[in-house]
Amino acid sequence: MSTPYAKLPAWADYGLIPLINLLVAFLVAGFVVLLVGENPLRAAAILVEGAFGRGQGIAFTLYYATTFIFTGLSVAVAVHCGLFNIGTEGQAYIAGLGVALVCLTFDATLPWWLTFPLAILAAAAFGAFWALIPAYLQAKRGSHIVITTIMFNFIAASIMVYLLVGVLKPAGSMAPQTRIFLEGAQLPKLNWIIELFGARVRSAPLNISFLLALVMAFLTWVLIWRTRLGYEIRTYGFSPKAARYAGISETRIIVITMMISGALGGMMALNPTMGDQHNVAIDFVAGAGFVGIAVALMGRSHPLGVVLAAILFGMLYQGGAELAFEMPAISRDMIVIIQGLVILFAGALEHMFRPSIQALFASFSPRSVGMAPAKGKGA
Amino acid sequence: MDIFNAVIQTLDSTLRLSVPLLLACLAGLYSERSGIFDIGLEGKMLVGAFAGAAAASVFHSAFIGLGMAILISIAFAMIHGFASITHRGNQIVSGVAINFIAAGSTVILGQAWFHQGGRTPALSEGERFSSITLPGANAVKDVPVIGQLYSELLSGHSLIAYIAFAMVPITWWVLYRTRFGLRLRAVGENPAAVDTAGISVTWLRYRALLCTGVLTGLAGAYLSMTQNGGFVKDMTAGKGYIALAALIFAKWKPVNAMFACLLFGFLDALAIRLQGTPLPIIGKVPVQFMQALPYILTVVLLAGFIGKAIPPRAGGVPYVKER
Repeated sequence: MSTPYAKLPAWADYGLIPLINLLVAFLVAGFVVLLVGENPLRAAAILVEGAFGRGQGIAFTLYYATTFIFTGLSVAVAVHCGLFNIGTEGQAYIAGLGVALVCLTFDATLPWWLTFPLAILAAAAFGAFWALIPAYLQAKRGSHIVITTIMFNFIAASIMVYLLVGVLKPAGSMAPQTRIFLEGAQLPKLNWIIELFGARVRSAPLNISFLLALVMAFLTWVLIWRTRLGYEIRTYGFSPKAARYAGISETRIIVITMMISGALGGMMALNPTMGDQHNVAIDFVAGAGFVGIAVALMGRSHPLGVVLAAILFGMLYQGGAELAFEMPAISRDMIVIIQGLVILFAGALEHMFRPSIQALFASFSPRSVGMAPAKGKGA
Repeated sequence: MDIFNAVIQTLDSTLRLSVPLLLACLAGLYSERSGIFDIGLEGKMLVGAFAGAAAASVFHSAFIGLGMAILISIAFAMIHGFASITHRGNQIVSGVAINFIAAGSTVILGQAWFHQGGRTPALSEGERFSSITLPGANAVKDVPVIGQLYSELLSGHSLIAYIAFAMVPITWWVLYRTRFGLRLRAVGENPAAVDTAGISVTWLRYRALLCTGVLTGLAGAYLSMTQNGGFVKDMTAGKGYIALAALIFAKWKPVNAMFACLLFGFLDALAIRLQGTPLPIIGKVPVQFMQALPYILTVVLLAGFIGKAIPPRAGGVPYVKER
């Protein structure tokens, strides 16, 4: 889709503008803190200190980041195809079912390094399946993928609640969750990596799925920029008409992209279940799918950007917990506001500062923005 | 007579449960008919509910509460407009952002102002909308069937409920019988044509969002000031999305919207009523299935298996005047 905005140098497009958007989002968040009657600067200091001050904090930050890398990649892959997958939340939730089935079946017999790959496959398959139906309906029936994925989030939630208060719940238990996985389905922790650098970690849920997330980020980069399929995905996302003209099958590309997106989102389920809680509980996704939207927008849908943005959001989650402890007036819901503001300024209002930055660039060096307002690359 | 009473009660709660859906659904109708997708209905209802309950408990007046609910809801609708009309941002993204900001800020501000864990103080008699007894409802109470229908089912709802159902013919009239309505429908189908006719696309779409804001404000006020005596964290609980589903189910038409909302409200009422009681033949129906049914029905409809839902053509596409 062509936008009426002229081109900026790449570093401004991918670095400066997101940074300005992020700053504005934090400024507004600071204003909310002020409204609540606390000092925004002190709040920011507590937040950063809580996230990176001690080894414990860093481990938690990376644990949260793991979850957000998966969901962020999930949204980002779909964005490259011009699809808005708002259903990562539901795909991850359903993937929890796959993880639960694998873990409950094999945790007594297999060691973790055999259960883990099986669980990865199950999570990816269940997540992909949950994205398949909306994708198929979009491709074949023209029903808007945003709406169908929203509906599928709710359907997923209903299914999981039904299963967790029914079949999956061990007899005699009241809590809507599966039984605790045995050692064969508990992922090893990675806290020793942080301890290598001399910091102390008492107990943090950072686990091996963090490495899986990094591998997936790399593979996503390979897929999008180094393979034929990725080229087709980007072509379709840039111009569905051109893709059709080039002989790319619309149905195939939408369905495959959404299934990859769903699989990536599904893998998120591994981190909190096998890595931390050692069970599948009700609402274990806890909005991570929606955080993925903010992460993908912030990271400009580039895997490296997604990883960085995920760490930023991991920092907000971990630091936010500390902040809620220090300043009772600012609960974890502050993070929800910041998340919303980031989505607003980095996503919906991403072009707000563009004209003024363009004017600024033009006044310094007209060549950097191109003399004629060429058709710039859209978001 | 027992069954009759049960039916009346179920229908009565159907009406009550469908009021917020109907208001939100009509709100979405104005916005989407003008070509602005709005998945931020949920968030706007939530801020409306919070602002209404907060203002009502501070100023001890239901009407000041209602006014604040509408004002704040309009403010959020304008943010959506600013992002998606003025700055041509992605409308879905903007809607998602609004939902998050609403969910977070209502709790944070509620906690800071009232110190009740994100709730607002319980509203007393004059601070909420009490039920209105229609004229003669008490007199005909004992007349079988018709009298009962009138006094139990139609009478005894709050002002906002009556406004909600009155909005259906009003919206129909506005949409199909006024100049504004014609232009509104046109701008959702082909904004370039409207622009060529010398009408401002921007201003028209902002006005549509203004209507959206008013109606979501009413919906929110109904939740916190009628159905519930105060604001509770995340009290919309997905109603904005069900309203969106109803809007699609209704194929973006006002009268259909009413029936879709009544259907979804009925499913909800039935789910509450049937909790745990087995049905003949089918056996026990899981509550979760009843809760998911509106979404399943909408997906089936979207898939084109029962009729075809065709959204306004220009929906979701920002209008670029200069080419």
